[in-house]
Amino acid sequence: MIGNSAIRKEGRAKVLGRSRYTDDKTFRCVLHGATVRSDVPHGILKAIRFGEGIPWKEFTIVTAQDIPGENIVAAIVPDQPFLVPVGGEIHHAEEPVLLLAHPDKYLLEKARRAISLDVEELPATLDVASSDRVFKEINILHGDVDSIWAQAAHVVEADYRTEAQEHLYIEPNGMLAIVAHGDHQDQVTVCGSLQCPYYVHKALVHLFNLPGDKVRIIQMDTGGAFGGKEDYPSLIAGHAALLAWKAGKPVKLIYDREEDMAATTKRHPSRTHVKAAFDANGLLLGLDVDFTLDAGAYATLSSVVLSRGAIHAGGVYRCPNTRIHARAMATNTPPSGAFRGFGAPQSLFALERHMDVCAAKLGLDPAELRRRNFLKLGDTTATGQLLKEDVDLAGLMDRTLADIGYTEKRKLFAAANETDTPIKRGVGFSVFMHGCGFTGSGESYLASVAGVEGLADGRVAVLAASTEIGQGKDTVFSQIAAQALKIPMDMVEVAQPDTKVVPDSGPTVASRSTMVVGHLVEDAAYAFKQALIQQGFLTEPYAPEVFREAVKRSHARLGSMKCYAQYHNPPHIVWDDKTYQGDAYPTFSWACYAAEVAVDTVTYEVKVEDFVANQEVGRVINPVLAAGQIEGGVAQGIGWALWENVEWKHGRMANNQMTNYIIPTSMDLPRIRVGFLENPHPAGPSGAKGLGELPMDGPAPATLNALQNALGPLRLDEVPMTPERLMDRMEVARG
Amino acid sequence: MAEKILLRLTVNGEPRAVEVFPMARLVDVLREDLKLTGTKEGCGEGECGACTIRMDGRIVNSCLIPAIQAQGSVLLTVEGLATGEEPHALQSAFHHHNGAQCGFCTPGMLIAAEDLLRRCPNPDEAQIREGLSGNLCRCTGYVKIVDAVKAVAEGRPA
Repeated sequence: MIGNSAIRKEGRAKVLGRSRYTDDKTFRCVLHGATVRSDVPHGILKAIRFGEGIPWKEFTIVTAQDIPGENIVAAIVPDQPFLVPVGGEIHHAEEPVLLLAHPDKYLLEKARRAISLDVEELPATLDVASSDRVFKEINILHGDVDSIWAQAAHVVEADYRTEAQEHLYIEPNGMLAIVAHGDHQDQVTVCGSLQCPYYVHKALVHLFNLPGDKVRIIQMDTGGAFGGKEDYPSLIAGHAALLAWKAGKPVKLIYDREEDMAATTKRHPSRTHVKAAFDANGLLLGLDVDFTLDAGAYATLSSVVLSRGAIHAGGVYRCPNTRIHARAMATNTPPSGAFRGFGAPQSLFALERHMDVCAAKLGLDPAELRRRNFLKLGDTTATGQLLKEDVDLAGLMDRTLADIGYTEKRKLFAAANETDTPIKRGVGFSVFMHGCGFTGSGESYLASVAGVEGLADGRVAVLAASTEIGQGKDTVFSQIAAQALKIPMDMVEVAQPDTKVVPDSGPTVASRSTMVVGHLVEDAAYAFKQALIQQGFLTEPYAPEVFREAVKRSHARLGSMKCYAQYHNPPHIVWDDKTYQGDAYPTFSWACYAAEVAVDTVTYEVKVEDFVANQEVGRVINPVLAAGQIEGGVAQGIGWALWENVEWKHGRMANNQMTNYIIPTSMDLPRIRVGFLENPHPAGPSGAKGLGELPMDGPAPATLNALQNALGPLRLDEVPMTPERLMDRMEVARG
Repeated sequence: MAEKILLRLTVNGEPRAVEVFPMARLVDVLREDLKLTGTKEGCGEGECGACTIRMDGRIVNSCLIPAIQAQGSVLLTVEGLATGEEPHALQSAFHHHNGAQCGFCTPGMLIAAEDLLRRCPNPDEAQIREGLSGNLCRCTGYVKIVDAVKAVAEGRPA
């Protein structure tokens, strides 16, 4: 079962067009909702004006003063309101101010445009470099980096930057809310497109000031998320529920693409300064990284994005003296949020580009410089984490370089690039890791729960709040439970995430579903089997049909039997939040990615012609689904590296359309060649580690390193390296 | 506002008639009036291809077609690909090759793939990539989708 490419469990419904996404569900009396937003980045809301010619009496209108509970989104830092009140401060453009609902969506849109806001504008901080407001600051210190600059043979420093990236899940955000007015308390139910049912649950409990059992959140089939449906859905669900509560009717709040792109979160833009010192043999002596994220207007998840970014800033290298200074700064742009990789792609871009820059300075091949400095079993990372697994980074790199034909191609391309051909080719790579599960003490704080339930027909159901968002969680959880119970996969059902039915397994983020929640599913399945045995329904060994009969009998006799497992931090994992020292993650996944590019020096277009993605992710539970995750992540990484550019105009996204925000089509990408090295790790079920975010970390530095190889010395310090940016840099280089 | 018209269509082989505004978008007519929610809307401006359907033998973005333009036309949506409970070869191949991840682009992608194989029964990889380039997918990196289409062209969908 484990290691087999079981076919996607919900795949049949998806290919037949029978899956039910949020906007596919409706009621005859449903109202459509709309959000009125600020069009300035900073100011005081003085008044809301309702224009002429709209039958306002037909509309349900919600402002901040209607809110029955707290007008604050319950998150890490409680700073973001659901709606800005009149007299309140607007912190970013697109900030929600007022909600409208009406049965006719065309009239609704007309009404939305008829509302104007009187705002006393205040100066806006739109550039992170001019911000002086810190949301979070982190210092990681290891050794004494200032003591080694003088004795080093080489000191190389440079600046790097990465820009915002839009998730562009193909299904825009949307929620459907129903509020039943009870005699004593209301019952709020929201169905929607989301990653984290219990985040939304917590937000609505505070918004309505209701006990937990009066708020029910159900995840509908979700058309992609990538982090973009982690925190923002709490606002949308709150808005839909406020309208439904006031209207006394179900309300559907579905964003169109332009609203989704303009208003919801993006990947944090970053600015990084890296200074590295080497001895005469190319051994890394010191690393000083200054890492800044543009958090936008509210704190949201920025503190933890920063944390992951800072911890990954040292990369896969042994370094006796490291200083990582990281901060997330406030600006008056829409809040940045979670996006696959969660800060690590930003800091790893800087480091893995810098390693190639350093290799050139030291006169070494990039592979040779890395080889001399790779972390090995028994080494410690910048946070003082002792590596207890036998990681073979040199082996991973050598295999990747052989797969892409690195040595031969570098020779071949060097000769061809000397000719007057306008097409220059290059090959480059990156080596990196991604921490699996929540950072530091996150998992022990969450203390997630998952369960297994016996059904009347003799099958079992997996009970977990983890959401299927395309990654294959339903299939992998079924495989894990089936393996533990020694039954076929079709005897395992995976419950729809519904806070009334499933326990809080934590959010579907941080490459944790398979490794952390999957492990709980495995433990719960073992406990379930043990309970059947102890109560005399089952004896081992057994055939699947015997198991089925045992579950049926137990159900007939005792009713539904559920067994749960809860996460407990293993005693050997120790983390100190104050000093940022200790075991940052239970384990890491490791990878080496290589890209071959062709650059047209007339049009500055870059084509990625070949891509190899090799990784060590522990035991692979489902090779086909795992490869699908890697291929999709690489595609997003190449998009971020070359094309996906958010254009800002006075704090607003100006290109909030698919027409001019460019993601890769099938014609823009090569066949991505994926390989797995398996090194089972005890942190996960059957030795599996996390892999969802890993593929986002490597493509950008690999692609720009390949560009460097194609074009020679050039300031390739930023992603996306659009044709316009590449032209600027090549013209500067030509003088 | 204009008056509603009686729109007559043949959808997935069945004659249908609905009263709609002449400028209603075809994607809304399908999803809201005909309750065929398999067709998806991803952008509303003809870029993403999630709303791709076949209309009178050609594939179109149904978000860009006003109802009146579809008067009397023959439409195929994802719901019409299967024969009863028997999936179309492309549907089987997408399922078995993991060509659908989140599944939101899948209905449009399947219609585009069906159209490609109709026009070009034995496409090579470059032709498949070109044939599907009007349909954006954010999950797969397209590899498994290309494999699924190739498998059908080679007569081995599952």
